[in-house]
Amino acid sequence: MSKYSNITFKGFRRENGRVGVRNHIIILPVDDISNAACEAVANNVKGTMAIPHAYGRLQFGEDLETHFRTIIGTGANPNVAAVVVIGIEPGWTKRIADGIRQTGKPVAEFSIEQKGDFETIRAASWAAKDFVHWATELEREECSVNELWVSTKCGESDTTTGLGSCPTVGNMYDKLLPEGITGFFGETSEITGAEHICQKRAINEEVGARWYKMWKAYQDEVIFAHQTDDLSDSQPTKGNIEGGLTTIEEKALGNLEKIGRTSQYIDILEPAEMPNSGAGLYFMDSSSAAAECVTLMAAGGAVIHTFPTGQGNVVGNPIVPVIKITANPRTVRTMAEHVDVDVSGILRREQTIDEAGDALIDMIRRTANGRNTAAEALGHREFSMTKLYRSA
Amino acid sequence: MSNPTPNEIPHLLVHEEADNVGVVVVEGLTAGTDMLCCITHDNSTFRLTAGADVPIGHKIALKDLKDGDTATKYGEDIGKIIADIPKGGHVHTHNCKTKRW
Repeated sequence: MSKYSNITFKGFRRENGRVGVRNHIIILPVDDISNAACEAVANNVKGTMAIPHAYGRLQFGEDLETHFRTIIGTGANPNVAAVVVIGIEPGWTKRIADGIRQTGKPVAEFSIEQKGDFETIRAASWAAKDFVHWATELEREECSVNELWVSTKCGESDTTTGLGSCPTVGNMYDKLLPEGITGFFGETSEITGAEHICQKRAINEEVGARWYKMWKAYQDEVIFAHQTDDLSDSQPTKGNIEGGLTTIEEKALGNLEKIGRTSQYIDILEPAEMPNSGAGLYFMDSSSAAAECVTLMAAGGAVIHTFPTGQGNVVGNPIVPVIKITANPRTVRTMAEHVDVDVSGILRREQTIDEAGDALIDMIRRTANGRNTAAEALGHREFSMTKLYRSA
Repeated sequence: MSNPTPNEIPHLLVHEEADNVGVVVVEGLTAGTDMLCCITHDNSTFRLTAGADVPIGHKIALKDLKDGDTATKYGEDIGKIIADIPKGGHVHTHNCKTKRW
């Protein structure tokens, strides 16, 4: 037993046994042209939230599978109590609704063709209102720390993230993974320069070899196939460079601090794939763009996201609270409204990584209990689908 | 080598003893500042004079670096030096570049 074993929080236990830390009722479009109907329903029925997005038509192959996994996973996430699904036609609408129904949670589906927006919105609004009455009577109950699924991805990194905020997340994982939490990290392109270290952090050689193959495939099939320059304008980003990061290698080494000193990943996930190898740390093949990555990890089932930033990325997510951690004193001073955990004391040598890790764990506990994060208070609900290639 | 006194805040942090660059962690650092430098791995300290005005988060060379040298941070290769940099000088995209893409 460690001092972290007894951490409890009040969460929402869902029909499938998973625990959520929020109680959202979402109005989920299957495709881009159903966004307007979803937004109208969310406007009619207070306490619901539409999650508009840009895609869902004429996609095929792995790109379409990623789309389905992302939308179904978003609805299935335990931070969501109930879901209204709206699509242009009934086929894919049913596929998504049925996918979410596997969790046992209430789902209502509507399609627009042969009815129009008005009739669809009328019927969907009734379903949404019933869900609000039902979900608002659900009560939080005591849950143990090992029921938390916690993801991480950093953004607008600078040299202070590698010194302070990323090691803080790593310290949290080193302490909570042994307690049985499920963790996610990823950002495939952004491991470049630290791939030799990342491969060795796998639980065994077989997993490490699969990880390397996945990382190499991205280099060969995406970067080298599409690059027109040396990528130095994209990775590191202009913000990273402003913050002092010079090369992708330097950025990657700082990034990888998020898995701490002892944590090992036990498996590799496709984008938006739900873990099925039990508790532990997973690497999700994912974009390094903040909103895309957080969206994918939320679809994979994470209920809290820890987000180290240096220069001040302001990203949030509609269904998952995003906890912002920064060690950069200038960002603390100039962007205070975005900061949940200030670890700038690490740079002044006033705070140890161990102390910072404990501060983050306490903020995770409070967030799980219901404290709204800065991103939630500021209305940051970025939801970005990952698009693998052009639609048909 | 000595531990910093509780009241003295370091100007520059270095990850590992093997590194040849360190990170400025204070705002408004000016050329000529007698910097307190701390190696985070073991908390040991040393002093170095800043050779330029360097913004917070940017790197400073811990020794003379030559065109073709490797920049080392976290004890790892972070890229190649592409112009001579004097000890205390600013290290960034104008004189250091990735070895990858």
